[in-house]
Formats: sequence, structure tokens, C-alpha cells
Amino acid sequence: MSDIEHFRSETRDWLEANCPAAMRGPLGSTDDLEWGGRGAQGRTDDSKRWLDAMGERGWICPDWPAEYGGAGLDPEHARVLSDELRRIQARQPLLSFGIAMLSPVLMEFGNEEQKRRFLPDIASGRIAWCQGYSEPGAGSDLASLQTRAEDRGDHYLVNGQKIWTSYADKSDWIFCLVRTEPDAKKHDGISFLLFDMQSPGVTVSPIQLISGRSPFCQTFFQDVEVPKDQLIGPRGGGWTIAKRLLQHERAMISSLSGVGTSSPSANRSGSIEIARKYCGERDGKIADPIARDRLTQIRMDEYSFSATLRRAGEEAKVGIPPGPASSIFKLYGTELNQRRHEIIVEMMGTQALGWEGEGFSETELQETREWLRSKGNSIEGGTSEIQLNVIAKRVLGLPD
Amino acid sequence: MAMVLSEEQALLQQTAREFIDENSPVSALRQLRDSAAPAGFDRGLWEQMVELGWSGVTLPEELGGMALGWLELAVLFEECGRTLTAHPLLSTVALAGECVARGGSDAQKQEQLGPVAAGKRLLALALQEGAHHDPLQVATTAQVHSDGYRLHGTKTQVLDGHVADELLVVARSSGEPGERDGLSLLLVDPATPGVRVTRSAMIDGRNSATVELESVDVSGGCLVGKVGRGADVLEPALDRATAVLCAEMLGTMTAAFEKTIEYLKTREQFGVAIGSFQGLKHRAAQMFVELELSRSIVLDALSALDQGSDRAPQLVSCAKARCNDTIFLIGNEAVQMHGGIGVTDEEDIGLYLKRARVVQFTLGNSAYHRDRFARLEGY
Repeated sequence: MSDIEHFRSETRDWLEANCPAAMRGPLGSTDDLEWGGRGAQGRTDDSKRWLDAMGERGWICPDWPAEYGGAGLDPEHARVLSDELRRIQARQPLLSFGIAMLSPVLMEFGNEEQKRRFLPDIASGRIAWCQGYSEPGAGSDLASLQTRAEDRGDHYLVNGQKIWTSYADKSDWIFCLVRTEPDAKKHDGISFLLFDMQSPGVTVSPIQLISGRSPFCQTFFQDVEVPKDQLIGPRGGGWTIAKRLLQHERAMISSLSGVGTSSPSANRSGSIEIARKYCGERDGKIADPIARDRLTQIRMDEYSFSATLRRAGEEAKVGIPPGPASSIFKLYGTELNQRRHEIIVEMMGTQALGWEGEGFSETELQETREWLRSKGNSIEGGTSEIQLNVIAKRVLGLPD
Repeated sequence: MAMVLSEEQALLQQTAREFIDENSPVSALRQLRDSAAPAGFDRGLWEQMVELGWSGVTLPEELGGMALGWLELAVLFEECGRTLTAHPLLSTVALAGECVARGGSDAQKQEQLGPVAAGKRLLALALQEGAHHDPLQVATTAQVHSDGYRLHGTKTQVLDGHVADELLVVARSSGEPGERDGLSLLLVDPATPGVRVTRSAMIDGRNSATVELESVDVSGGCLVGKVGRGADVLEPALDRATAVLCAEMLGTMTAAFEKTIEYLKTREQFGVAIGSFQGLKHRAAQMFVELELSRSIVLDALSALDQGSDRAPQLVSCAKARCNDTIFLIGNEAVQMHGGIGVTDEEDIGLYLKRARVVQFTLGNSAYHRDRFARLEGY
């Protein structure tokens, strides 16, 4: 048996023994994902067992080097692992901002000591991270942020306020943009700092959204002391890191747009089932010709969007640089997701108007909440208008 | 599926671009139009294309072709689309030629396609009736008559029909308009008594024809494929022709878009380049995104065709509907963003707008393709 076949059979046996039955098959919603860390968000005994087993083996980030918490698998072995995971429909063991956003910039900008200190806990899901970016006065104009980090000799003293901090109330550490050089030009005075959310002086307050859920928080810092070795990259050089991280964030958001959950609207055939159920059927066709046509427009756009993601992947493989492609994906992926939710709600008609309780099924209530949640998609991680600015400037070269 | 051109395909693209830039810039189309060229394309240019092997890209080697894929032919269509180059590849090779290649007897292939590859013969597919492409809506009849068929009916929008050496007529040998069964494909010499071909000049400087068939008698040997089973031959040929037309649309809208971006960077008002205005920037960025998505789905559809995927028909309809909508957007926005000069005949962008509408309605508008897509997907 060749090495790769041996690996496949070994992997198959290990997964059979270690992937709990409840961790196979599609998710109910993204809320059911295990977020790792000290908290218990989305956690069940099975999700914790699955997370720990995969983390211990380095298989959450299988292609990372072992010293950073990965398994050091080459592309061929990594592909076998992902094939085997897909074969048993294993759930992703962890949804992690640390992996999706922080780890690539740590790899690029962190020093060796920082990589060895932070990456293993990211790869295993032991620490859950949140993102300290937006402030009340710094949304789309992120670089105007005012949170201060003052040099106090052996530490920085952080004072200020962040907003839209996703899951800050359930996170262990924060990667945070702070102003270290108050007199420098606005892009030059920013630094990229990591600190523990349990540090004295950090308080968090969840924000209730129109969907009724509270995925975002306000986060306050009062005289928070941060050791100096938790600064990533050069002092005052945080904006470059911040922008790079945003590219990774946009890629994550577009890849999360409506995929991976079992809510009927999230998969392609689901919207057809909803159309049949709520608009009726005649001669094998959705009875309402206008709904059928609009649904088709969206499905065609889904096809085109997924073809574009695949094309970008193939281009990357042959060395064509990705450029600001993440802006296109973020823009289109989120808006497509919104359009999908809009047509679902329209087809469900008054059955989409329920808030809770009698008269509406669980699925109907879930679709309605997800429609409301999707309104944030074109705002968070850089608004659609900001993405259009980025495309106009960086891709088309239009003047300022 | 291959979504990136191979080295060979990229080389073909580069060669084609150099050839078109040198021999057929947009001014060539303008000249063709102003001289009311009788063919609607430049016969000298066509001869050069034939010499380069373009007429035989998809045809088998034994007929003088190159036996390459549809993606290769699409590369040529895209380059032609960039400068609005008129050519008979769609009518002769992708539509009628492909029907003969799929359904024809060996003798028919020898007689029709050998000369096509050699550039000695032009073909046209007489399919559409009325104002819209809808291939099963055929009322033209083919009645069995002595040892052959007698044809009655009127065909519209027969691309290059006025110069074709042979027409391939889609007629109904049984059933009612709208039914898939009962279509038959028949080769008709335009000189046959009862055939009347009327040339019509279109907004894009090209020609199509109306073909009236009044008691036209053809022999049984003119039948391509099986009687009543014409759709089996026609549908895959239409998918391929539609896919390469989409590639041409990509070329056309990419060029119109690039011209517009250039204009936004150079035209000044209020003392600055108008491309600095956010009201125009965002619309330009939207066009770019739509264009990128169109390119992806066209490549996806072409790969599916070349790989013989059974999902190819859906993907082709998806590609055509999207290219229709995107070329509509870009054509209109390009004229608007050019301002007053954009509506003058002197400026080329208007030629792009006119071509945009023609290709949009050729081989199916968006409503047709969305309906077809939904049908194929089973809803």
C-alpha cells in the first residue's frame, strides 16, 4: 500500500472512531457552530469532543507546521483529509476568527516568538478571538479611530471604545487597532495590538439587532495594561496589517454567505422547495411566473458567482495574482445572500411576518430572522459602497 | 473544469488578437457599413481567416478541420467581438455546420463541410419564425411529397441567409408549434423554385434574411438526421453556437467597458477627470463585477460543452441570460458615460450599443433562457 493510501485508510479509521455521530451532516444554523475558546458558545459535549480530537491531531489547520499547532500535511495529504471529512459529512470542528483573520497576518507580520506563542492556541481552538476595529466615530473611515495606546515604559495603556465587536462577550482575546502616535497622520499612527479580554478595565455590552439576536457588542477599555511584546509588526505600522486582515475578513464573509447551514434557503434546491410550497405548482412549474423568473435570476447569479470563486482559485494556482478579488467576492456574495433572503420572504408571504410563537413554523421563524440578519452583510467588514470604492481605485485605476 | 486558458489557448488568443487588430479594427466595420457591403462582412478578411484555419477549428480532421474544442473557437469569437468584426463563423460553422456535423450522413458532411472548412461554402440556419428565438415554435411545414418533402413557411432573422450557398431549414414534419417531436432538418439550395430570400440590413451593419418557402420541393436526400427528430440534432448545435456567441459578447462588452473607463480617466469637467466622481465610480465598479461574473460562467459553460457534461445546457442558458443582461447594462452605461459624444455617429461607442442589442436578441433573449434554465432544472 502506498503512503497516501495508507494515510487514507488510517484517516478513515480515525475519523470513524473520533467524529461523533452528531457532528456529521449539515448544521441547523451558524449558531450551532463550535466557537472554541473558554466560553461555551455553540458548545455541546459532542462538539467539544470533536474540537479537542481534531485540535490535538493538528487537523483543524492541517497544512500548518507542527510548531504552530498544525499537522504539517503537504497538499496531497491535506486533500485526502478533506476528502475523508467530506465523505462522512463531518462538520467543521471550529468557526474561528483567529484562523480566518488573525492567523494569516500573524504568519506574515508576527515575529517567531509571537507565532509560537499565539498560533498553537488558534489552531486548537483553545483561545477564541474577537476583532477590535470599528469605533462609534470610525466606521467606513476606519483609519480615523481614536482608541489610544500610550507608551508607559514596560506596557501600553489602552483607553477608548470599540463597536460592532463580533462575539466580544464570548471571546477570550482581542486583536485591536489602537492609536499609538496621536500626532502622526491618521494612517501612520495606528498599531496592531493583542490582549486578553479578561484584563482589568475591559467591559463588554451586547447590542441587540433587528433580528432579535446580539452577535455584536460594544467594548470599552479603561486603563487596560498591555505588555509590549503583544504588539504585532512595527509601532505605527498597524494600518498595513489592518488592511491585509480586512482582505482575509472579506474572503471569510463571502465564503460564509449562506453556505454550510441547513436552513432551507441556504441551499440551492431549498429555495425551489419554498417556492413550490408557498407559491404552488402547475404543470411541474412554479405557479407564479414572476416568482419563478426572479428566483431563476438569483440561481443563475449563484452559478456565476460560484464559477467566479472557482476561477479565482484556478488562477491563483497558475500564479495569476488575486488582486483585490476579495472586494468583488465580499460585495457580490453578501448582496446575493440578501437578494436570496428577500425573495424567500416574498414567496413565504405573510408566513414570513412572524416574530415568535404560534402560527409560524420553526423554519419560517428562522428564515425571517436570517433575512433580518442578512441586512448587516453589506455593512459589516466594509460596506458595499467601500468595496465599490476599492474596486474603482485598485482595479480600474480611477482617480481620487 | 478548466477556467483558465491553457498555454496553447493563450497563444491562439494572442495570435488572433494581433490579426484582428491589424486587419479588422472598428474602422473596418464602419467602412463595411458605409459602403453597404453586399455580404455584410469582408470577403477578403474571411479568406484570411480561412487561411488561418478558423473555419475548421471544430470540424474533424478528415474534413480539413482541426478537431479542437469549442473553447478554442470561442477564443476567436471573443477577439472578433472586441472590434465588432463581422464574419460568417456563427451561421456557417457553429449553427448550420454543426447541425450537419451532428446529424448529417457521410455524403452530406463531405459535400457541405469539406468546402466549409476550405472557405468555399457558406451555410445558414433557417430556424426563427416571428420576432423571437424559440426553436420549438416552428410552424413551417415539411410534407411528404413523392420521394421527398414539400416546404411551406416563412423564416426570419436567418443570419447570412442572403449569401448562403445552402440553407438548412428547420421544418415541422408532424405535430404542432411548440412540440419537441416532429421537427425535421432539410438542406435547401436557395436557387430552388419557390425560395425567396430577402436581405435586411440591421442596426449593427450586418445582414440577415427573411426566407419565404412556397411549395418548395426537395428530395429525400436533403434530410439531415432522422425525420421528426430534428431537435436531437438542433439543440446541442444551438448550445454550442450560443456559447461561442456569448464569448463574442464578452469581447464586445469588455472592449466597450475598457473604452468607457479610458474616457472616464481623460474627460475633464469641473477641472477634474470625471472618473473621480463617486456617482460614476460606483457604476463603473458594478459593471466590472458583472463582467467578471459573465466571464466565469461563459468559461464554465464552454468547459462543460467540451467535457460532454450533461449540465452543459443549463450552463449555456445561464451564460446567455447573464451576457444578455450584462451587455445591456454596459452598452447603455457606456453611451451615457460618454455624454453627448456618445450619441454621435462619429464616436465608436454607439456601434457597440447597436451590436449589443443584436447579439442580445440572437439565439434567445434573457426571458427565453431563464425559462429554459428553470425547465431544465425541473421547476
